[in-house]
Amino acid sequence: MNRATRSVAALLALLLAHPLSAQTAAAAKPDRSKPPALGPVRALKLPPVQKLRLSNGVAVLLVEQHEVPVVQVSVVARAGAGADPRGKPGLASLTADMLDEGAGSRSALEIADELDYLGAALGTGASWDATSVGLHAPLKRFAAALPIFADVALRPTFPSAELDRVRKDRLTELLQLRDEPRAIASIAFANALYGRDHRYGTAVIGTETSVRALSRADLALFHERTFTPANSAIVVVGDVTAASVQSELEKAFGGWKAPAGSAPEGVPAAPQVSSRGIWIVDKPGSAQSEIRIGRIGPPRSTRDYFALTVMNTILGGSFTSRLMQNLREQHGYAYGARSSFDFRLSTGPFVAAAAVQTDKTAPALTEFFKELEAIRKTVTEAEVVKARNYVALSFPSDVETTGDIASKLAEQFLYDLPGDWLDSYVSRIGAVSLDDVRRVATEYVDPGKVAVVVVGDRSKIEAEVRSLNLGPIKVLSVNELFGAAKK
Amino acid sequence: MTVPLRFRLVLIATTLVALGLVAPRAGGQETARITVAYTQFTLANGLDVILHEDHSVPLVAVNAWYHVGSAREKPGRTGFAHLFEHIMFEGSGHVPEGDFDNWLEAAGGDNNGSTDNDRTNYWETVPSNALELALFLESDRMGYLLNAMSPEKVNGQRDVVKNERRQSYENRPYGMAFLKLPEEVFPVGHPYHWPVIGSMEDLTAASYEDVVQFFKSYYGPSNTTLVVAGDIDPVEARRLVEKWFSDVPRSAPVPPISAPTPVLTSEKRVTLEDKVQLPQLFIGWLTPSYFHPGDETMDVLARVLASGKNSRLYKRLVYDLQIAQDVSAGQNSGALGSMFLVTATAREGHGLSEIEKVIAEEIAKIKNDPPATRELERAVNQIESAFYGALERVGGFGGKADRLNLYEFYTGRPDYFTEDLARYTSLDPRDLQSAARAYLKDDARLVLSVVPAGKKSLAAEKKP
Repeated sequence: MNRATRSVAALLALLLAHPLSAQTAAAAKPDRSKPPALGPVRALKLPPVQKLRLSNGVAVLLVEQHEVPVVQVSVVARAGAGADPRGKPGLASLTADMLDEGAGSRSALEIADELDYLGAALGTGASWDATSVGLHAPLKRFAAALPIFADVALRPTFPSAELDRVRKDRLTELLQLRDEPRAIASIAFANALYGRDHRYGTAVIGTETSVRALSRADLALFHERTFTPANSAIVVVGDVTAASVQSELEKAFGGWKAPAGSAPEGVPAAPQVSSRGIWIVDKPGSAQSEIRIGRIGPPRSTRDYFALTVMNTILGGSFTSRLMQNLREQHGYAYGARSSFDFRLSTGPFVAAAAVQTDKTAPALTEFFKELEAIRKTVTEAEVVKARNYVALSFPSDVETTGDIASKLAEQFLYDLPGDWLDSYVSRIGAVSLDDVRRVATEYVDPGKVAVVVVGDRSKIEAEVRSLNLGPIKVLSVNELFGAAKK
Repeated sequence: MTVPLRFRLVLIATTLVALGLVAPRAGGQETARITVAYTQFTLANGLDVILHEDHSVPLVAVNAWYHVGSAREKPGRTGFAHLFEHIMFEGSGHVPEGDFDNWLEAAGGDNNGSTDNDRTNYWETVPSNALELALFLESDRMGYLLNAMSPEKVNGQRDVVKNERRQSYENRPYGMAFLKLPEEVFPVGHPYHWPVIGSMEDLTAASYEDVVQFFKSYYGPSNTTLVVAGDIDPVEARRLVEKWFSDVPRSAPVPPISAPTPVLTSEKRVTLEDKVQLPQLFIGWLTPSYFHPGDETMDVLARVLASGKNSRLYKRLVYDLQIAQDVSAGQNSGALGSMFLVTATAREGHGLSEIEKVIAEEIAKIKNDPPATRELERAVNQIESAFYGALERVGGFGGKADRLNLYEFYTGRPDYFTEDLARYTSLDPRDLQSAARAYLKDDARLVLSVVPAGKKSLAAEKKP
């Protein structure tokens, strides 16, 4: 078929029907010689963050959002896996997991039955910096779900039989991690970067040895010290008003009292990587090699937070980033490649990562190092402008749902961010200059001093990796990394 | 089930705070009306357009569904629909390679695409001032993809997709089971017989000429529905859609796809060995197709069996007996047939025959006696909550724009939300009993065991 003929026919038909409007609608083909200009940016108007306080002093951060009749509420305690006592890694995570296994007067099955029946989704969990309980419920069932939610956060009973069951579940999970190349790589990388004695050197869920040893008394004590009014905040986002939610929260949480106690210990800053070392974790038969390269980054409180965010967007934080374009689009070695800074209360890792096909492991490592060198040497103004725009202008997507906003409010509380941080986020990103990006790239990305982990089929990759002369190589088996599985 | 996507930016770091998410209804209530107002029109070239206004954030979602998926693939070219999806991002007549992403990111936009058996979807979520850019990009690849196509681009994405296959299936514990399942459950000749990701041999064989032919056959405007949702002025949005899409030439009509209702005539037992610590069991049955009577019943039955601590299978296998690490159940719905799948992983010291026996007992109980009203309501209330949760986001996979397209494609009604929910709220416990009897038959199913290498004795054995 001939395109020109049909266009003319369509135009004639339109002219007959709408003699005036047709001239603008379809009179000519649009100008495709360049992308259409963008209109003026419509400002994101975030609903205000309201700060309430319950009679017992508990802080409440509230954002009203009346789009959908749902409510997200969370209790966030400022102590997570980073506050696990020495020798007890996994305590925060196991405690969080056990919160809904019996609370107040209800058993584990009763809690699950009632919340499921209400169509309310309950989640409990520990990150490095927080232990939290979240509830997402339809507005019409929120009041019925709230007392159960408060019991889970404040009055867990940690029944011994449930602890035995959940412990078995965790030990099996730890066993299954040995199958999963990504998990092996993450754990090996943490080990290599921080050492096993630093809390960040093992996984949030701990180790087989520690999970076997944690006791009911450990959990009860961790909960007692962590979930205190002074150490926690309540975050509410959804189809509620300050007046209505204040009285409901007062009923559920107003009686919450606990001794202030000593604040949980933080994680000490870790010594920086001082030379380049490579770990090969042998996983025979792997179709791909999981690569991790990185070093220790700054804490969330760093002044360089915004500059690092823009720099990482250019390096490996977006689809057009250098790592993604190189490893995937240019070479086809991988489905994806990326980098990130994990900002925590203490010094979390910076990591560049990809899963690459086994026979391209060495060439992929070479490309990784090329990009880690290049970001320190040449960054252009155009790249910085694009990355700034991408991060700043896509910000509305980060605060669209009740869950999105609740996460931001939790972040505000955990890291003690200024009250205007959400409103000023876009302008702070916009203020990052080319010089800032160059400076943080040089300061934080140092490919001569990194930990490198490759999880793959040793028999196929070791010789090639050695020939790159990247540094001393340590080879270990999955069992050596995890410790022999106890039966 | 895994749907191949254009890319995943998986976060390596642990997320900040693990918050529960899903959302609303509760028992014994009238069903809420869910209103998603829209306007719809068709361009002269056949493009079906749906507009929806939502000003809660200054974002616009552009979402295109091409009504072609892996079911349209020819023998020897499995995986092609998904490979083609990748190629759609590599530039078009007026968009140099790489600039699709460069221009969108510079405007603060995100994009992605995915392919399943029935359809291929593409979306851009952009700040509302960049709507016209998104329409330009989407229209340019619909109208002028081949003007910029080359064998090199096909080769480049072939390598990427092969690595996607390695990452998502070959190098993932139990991943090979998901390649085996459709092959064993859907008979030879049925369009769902092969996995969406395709075989390595067929990906190698895909040619530049295949791309040209596939584009001409399936990627025209009359085989496509475009949703523009979010912070728009509908009059202006319509003007822009007409401006950018009217010059895309009308395409030859695509004949409807049909296939005989797939049937399993016996029980099949298959065992795979994998590099895993623990054995995993998959039991698959053929069930009614998407939005056909019985499809919704299987959704609810899946929750009664395996959603929450009090569900039948979870309670027995994981909570009481503690012989399984996990159990899940799900109805995987498609236009030409569906697969109901139950999956469980045995704990150390337990084999899959033991797990299978308990699953059989629990399914038999439902066949003998309808579940309690509370069990049904608990499941339906969770489903209703998920409906509300999905309304919170306008763009991306599963957001409102994607949902409007889904309903338009499968039901011909973009605002099918209320009717869809009513499919679930109108069920009676006896419907679950009838469906279990009708579809979950012992002599028409696949029992797939994935066992640690060298441990075939852990597989689910046929009863003597």
